[in-house]
Amino acid sequence: MAEIRVENLHKAFGEFVAVRDSTFTVADGEFFVMLGPSGCGKTTTLRMVAGLELPTSGRILLGGGDVTFNRAAARDIAFVFQLFALYPHMNVRQNIGFPLKCAGMSRSEIRARVEETARFLRIDHLLDQPVSRLAGGDRQRVALGRAIVRRPMAFLMDEPLGTLDTEFRDLMVRELRELHLRIKATTVYVTHDQLEAMAMADKIAVMSRGIIEQFGTPQEIYDRPASMFVADFIGSPPMNFLAFRGGLRKGAASVRVNGADIALPEIREDRADGELALGVRPEYIRFDDASRLRGAVFGAEYLGTTQIVTVDTAHGQVKARLPADIAVNPGENVGLAFRGEKLSLFDKSSGRAIHTALIDGARHG
Amino acid sequence: MSATGITTAHSVVAPTGRTRAIAGAIVIVYALITMIPLLWIVVTSFKTPDDSIAYPPKLLFTPSIEGYCNLFNTRTRQTPEYIAALPPATGQCDQLVRSRNMVIAGPSNVIPRFTNSIIIAFGSTFLAVALGTLTAYGFSRFRVPFANDLLFFILSTRFMPPIAVAIPIYLMYRAIGLTDTKIGMILLYTAVNVSLAVWLLKGFIDEIPREYEEAAMIDGYSRLQAFRKVVLPQAATGIAATAIFCLIFAWNEYAFAVLLTSGEAQTMPPFIPFIIGEGGQDWPAVAAATALFLIPILVFTILLRKHLLRGITFGAVRK
Repeated sequence: MAEIRVENLHKAFGEFVAVRDSTFTVADGEFFVMLGPSGCGKTTTLRMVAGLELPTSGRILLGGGDVTFNRAAARDIAFVFQLFALYPHMNVRQNIGFPLKCAGMSRSEIRARVEETARFLRIDHLLDQPVSRLAGGDRQRVALGRAIVRRPMAFLMDEPLGTLDTEFRDLMVRELRELHLRIKATTVYVTHDQLEAMAMADKIAVMSRGIIEQFGTPQEIYDRPASMFVADFIGSPPMNFLAFRGGLRKGAASVRVNGADIALPEIREDRADGELALGVRPEYIRFDDASRLRGAVFGAEYLGTTQIVTVDTAHGQVKARLPADIAVNPGENVGLAFRGEKLSLFDKSSGRAIHTALIDGARHG
Repeated sequence: MSATGITTAHSVVAPTGRTRAIAGAIVIVYALITMIPLLWIVVTSFKTPDDSIAYPPKLLFTPSIEGYCNLFNTRTRQTPEYIAALPPATGQCDQLVRSRNMVIAGPSNVIPRFTNSIIIAFGSTFLAVALGTLTAYGFSRFRVPFANDLLFFILSTRFMPPIAVAIPIYLMYRAIGLTDTKIGMILLYTAVNVSLAVWLLKGFIDEIPREYEEAAMIDGYSRLQAFRKVVLPQAATGIAATAIFCLIFAWNEYAFAVLLTSGEAQTMPPFIPFIIGEGGQDWPAVAAATALFLIPILVFTILLRKHLLRGITFGAVRK
């Protein structure tokens, strides 16, 4: 296993820039997830790491060696595709053994390794079946088997659970995480599904339009989003933004929104008057009749243990996650209170988070 | 279904007994229409020359292999005295020929011509499919500059009947000494077929997900190995279908063959009409040649039948 370093990686297809000056490091044995909407450049980045695509500029280092322009076969990595890419003219055994055959390993050794891998993934009873007869989850296991049988330096996975149905997906998320804990392989995993990312990742990079918006642990990304894009992309429902105008002073620990003083983590920068957005997660909102920040209830979605209540305010619509037993009536005028230490502030025009004690706590390395 | 006599629900998609019967009848009538000429050729090849031109046509006759004897041998007319003085006939053909006051002079040209047909048709098919597969793969997988224009250009070679360029080709071939050579004919048929092959195969190869090759390349294959070991097996259906189309064209091509070949490289299509002239209107011999001419393509098509059927409907329905 090895560390993966990506330095100033850039990829343009003609006019279109797919990946813009990307730099990140995946530590040895880390499960790294690239998360973002489709077309954000995550798959292109992965394909460049794999050697299926050559970068326009930048460097890729695998275990310390520069592999930027090496052939895919010369990189000692394994790739798991969204469509599994099992060879349809081969059975399970041949599929798993294929990389070893390519490497010129002896028949008996291939046999032993394939069987060991199949037992590890609990698919040893399927070895002599044609792959066309397998269920989705088993196909995915075979694809994983083909990846781990070679014991490569790193695993690259491109939305491997994208085509599975929800039930299977949850199962495979657990299995993948368990597999990772057992073999501790450096893994780069691409997905657009935040739940997968949150459940599996040691580190997440959230990408948008070719740029890494934020790089951090799932907790950091959720609690201390570095941009409005990240705050909006992560979480369901996403973070609420209350738009307001105002100036900021270093050291202050509250902002004034429509006559209401709202406490938040200590502000670490001075800012002239401008358009700002206060970011608050739905679960950090509660109803408080004393609050001067008021709105009218628009509706509620019942989710069993909680409910999502939508409130129309002067600063836009706000969704609050409240206990299911609180009675709410559409049209009712309510006051909103927030958990101050969990609030974020954003510069509305650039979308960047403003330095506060909370955000700065996330700065690392 | 309705066989039980109780119909509780009508399926709107499954055919009923009556529509099935009508469809069956249409298929049988159509099959008869297309099969009868072929059958007539085979039947004629076993008639005597007299039976073959009898009017009304004879449906019942004594089969004879005279047509085949005449096809494979050249004969010369002799006086009955000369024939009587010969040693006894060595075979059925000998006997049949002598009964017409002729003797066998030697083997005819049919075997060399047939061999030419085989070499030229299969050779050009192989080349066209090989070139077509590689070209189609390139167009399908790489960013080729002006790919669409190039593909259109390749297709445009089929916009006119190939024979429209016969005279320039004839002059060109004469200048470079390719007239009446097998290699010349192979190159010509390849050139005509390669555009068809590229277009057909591009469709097939586009349908094969790239991930297969990419997986193989990551697993240690080079691009060419991945192409050979992963793409080719999956494109087999398309390749087979394309090969049949190319072979049928090259096997049946008549106009260029008449123009460009006369001896050394002559194929069957221009040779068959020649047979008529050799000693009267020898329809059984012509029919025999035609019947034999049909066999290779028939065998080839039957062998690849499964692929052909899947091939021409490929992409229409997801598997």
